[in-house]
Amino acid sequence: MSLLNNYASEDFFDEMVSRSSDVRGHYQRFVDRFGMVDREEFESKRRAVDLAFLRQGITFNVYGDSQGTERIFPFDLIPRIIPANEWEHLERGLEQRITALNLFLHDVYHEQRIMKDNVVPPFYILSAKHFRREFVNFRVPKDIYVHICGTDLIRDNDGTYLVLEDNCRSPSGVSYVLENRRAMKRSFPGIFESVGVRPVDSYSTDLLKTLQYIAPAGVADPTVVLLTPGAYNSAYFEHTYLARQMGIEIVEGRDLVVKDAHVYMRTTHGLEPVHVIYRRVDDDFLDPTVFRKDSVLGAAGLINAYREGNVSLANSIGTGVADDKVVYYFLPRIIKYYLDQEPILPNVPTYLASEEEDKKYILEHLPELVVKAANESGGYGMLMGPRASKEEIEKFRGLIEADPRNYIAQPMISLSRHPTFCEEAGFEGRHVDLRPFILYGERTTIVPGGLTRVALNKGSLVVNSSQGGGSKDTWVLYD
Amino acid sequence: MLSRVANSLYWMSRYIERADNVARILDVNLQLLLDYRRLDDEHLARHWTPIVQSTGDEEDFFEKYEEANGRTVTEYFVFRRDNPNSIVSSIAQARENARMVRDQITIEMWEEINRIHLLVRSERAKDIWASSPAEFFHEIRASSCDLQGLIDSTIPRNEGWYFIMAGKYIERADKTTRILDLRHENLPEKGVPVLVNQTDALEWSAVLRSCSAWDAYRHIHGVDVGPRRVTELLILSPEFPRSVRFCVGELDSVLRALSGVPSGRFWNDAEKLSGRLLSELRFSEIDDIFESGLHQYLDYLQLQLNDIGEALFDIYIYHPFHEGFSDQQQQQQQQALSDPEK
Repeated sequence: MSLLNNYASEDFFDEMVSRSSDVRGHYQRFVDRFGMVDREEFESKRRAVDLAFLRQGITFNVYGDSQGTERIFPFDLIPRIIPANEWEHLERGLEQRITALNLFLHDVYHEQRIMKDNVVPPFYILSAKHFRREFVNFRVPKDIYVHICGTDLIRDNDGTYLVLEDNCRSPSGVSYVLENRRAMKRSFPGIFESVGVRPVDSYSTDLLKTLQYIAPAGVADPTVVLLTPGAYNSAYFEHTYLARQMGIEIVEGRDLVVKDAHVYMRTTHGLEPVHVIYRRVDDDFLDPTVFRKDSVLGAAGLINAYREGNVSLANSIGTGVADDKVVYYFLPRIIKYYLDQEPILPNVPTYLASEEEDKKYILEHLPELVVKAANESGGYGMLMGPRASKEEIEKFRGLIEADPRNYIAQPMISLSRHPTFCEEAGFEGRHVDLRPFILYGERTTIVPGGLTRVALNKGSLVVNSSQGGGSKDTWVLYD
Repeated sequence: MLSRVANSLYWMSRYIERADNVARILDVNLQLLLDYRRLDDEHLARHWTPIVQSTGDEEDFFEKYEEANGRTVTEYFVFRRDNPNSIVSSIAQARENARMVRDQITIEMWEEINRIHLLVRSERAKDIWASSPAEFFHEIRASSCDLQGLIDSTIPRNEGWYFIMAGKYIERADKTTRILDLRHENLPEKGVPVLVNQTDALEWSAVLRSCSAWDAYRHIHGVDVGPRRVTELLILSPEFPRSVRFCVGELDSVLRALSGVPSGRFWNDAEKLSGRLLSELRFSEIDDIFESGLHQYLDYLQLQLNDIGEALFDIYIYHPFHEGFSDQQQQQQQQALSDPEK
């Protein structure tokens, strides 16, 4: 192995090599083949891929930049590899989790047994920012709340997979899974073939089936559309990509009109009915007559049509309650409560600032802990204790004391590392996470692998695209 | 087809055509000046000012620059992002519209629009420009040709294609009238122009070249270039693909393809206006036009084209469609600000 020579784990859990820096079995074939690639060839492939991404406009918009700058999401050519047995374990864990989440959401919007039994204290649900009390006792099509879920997984220092968060609203990133794979196939067709990698391209078909499954009753050939906030949204590339792959219309709020509780789109030949909306617009913006009055991203009357059962939404309204990090804390109990099973994929140990004992512990150990606001994401609203300044720690102390309901804390998990190309330094270990995409319809399908995000800055644990993150192709091997 | 999509396809196409035309006008006029040995500032201003006037940007231009010369006019029309008619802006808007309908156009088209957009905004574009403006313009025009070819060879002949064609022909006809209008000050206000001097002949050649009509003209009329024949070719020719008559003819067919109404009848205002204008062009002679005054006639053509465009929008786009755009952009960003990974 030439390019990866001298690569060492440096006392982290590394995906490719063991602590004694031996190549793990499931990477061996890749390493053997990749060893034949010299630096020059690698560099030229890397440039070609970056250029192709830029040309195709596989970019995200940088906010707060009046020039409308677009950047490519940096792509690292060394794939993350997951052996078959490990993937089976993840699949079972993810399926268990999404099943429990859907049962949970159905319950909190109907009987609220879990609250009455005090397994999850009612206070936490009722105070959750995204709990939609307007939808209590509303029956969603096929009782499915979360159709599309993107769960973030990390691995700790022993290599154990842990769930970091569930994204039950509209997780993005799946287009990168598909595009990264295309880029890898183009760059290293030979390696690809000899390693034996499970394909990912059934995602769009599976997604369309998931969406068609929830069509209003009696509609034989439902019209499915993707509702985007528009071309200025950071995930717009993904929206157009998925719409094109599924062969459905991509619409903006202004394309929709509601008449007599039916949703239509405005076409050059008048109004055409819409039956299922894969919405990539948050609850708040869906309908100005129900939620934010100033919203122009949704359509007036949409919610009424939804309530009447004339149009279906994926994901359903109100799933954000499951993204609350306080609710996350209860997930192991939620799984136990509905499925009578132990969680296959454990949570990261979590402390709730609203529990007296936990709060005391958190405030005493701030410099060691990661503190997170209950309803933020993307690496915002977060304190990394071990790396924070005194001022930041004191600021969070104040925030937690003022509003304990909205904060949780976790020990700092180091995240597994993966060899990643780092310009002059060659290949170095960088921290990675994994976001698999789970579809929950007539059956549960999980595209093999998911999006591996990598924190490109040395030592960084933040993998978000807005903060120096990149991505890798994720290879799940055949048995 | 979604009305918004039709709108974007139409404008994408117009902006592609616009960038191409602006590049041609600037290129030809820069080269033309190489033929003049000595020109004082006043002559230069007389040459460049009509170009600024032709796009209706005179006021804005003279707020930004003191005088119109090769440097200021090309800068204004090539790189200035605050000039909505500059090449860089036109390409950016073509691309912005293409981006909104990415699922409707082919990957080949998108990649080319995106490529030229990234190129003209790059440092490399400035280098090319500095070393050879002609090469820069060539790059723009080559890209436009690529796009025309890709539209022709990859887009299915459905509704979307007709909106692309409508945008293209309205823009092209409009630009031809504006290029012709550049030299109207050299002409008598009314009446058929008599023979012209050497400088005028050169300028009329430049008009031909600006419409890529030089070869077509010579093929028909030989090397003697005069205003009457140039104008005839560019307004009334049924064969030359950038003449107003040709473009209006294509536009009329496109409108009929959209509605399914045969030629000779009309169902909506757009067809009524295009049919009427086409008949007028078919049954006019160039001397009629000169008798009533070329400049006025070109103005009239521009207004007619405008009206056809507006009627087209009323029928297919506005009636099912309302704007509210600035709020929307802000919210699109806001939503993601609070939730960048979701």
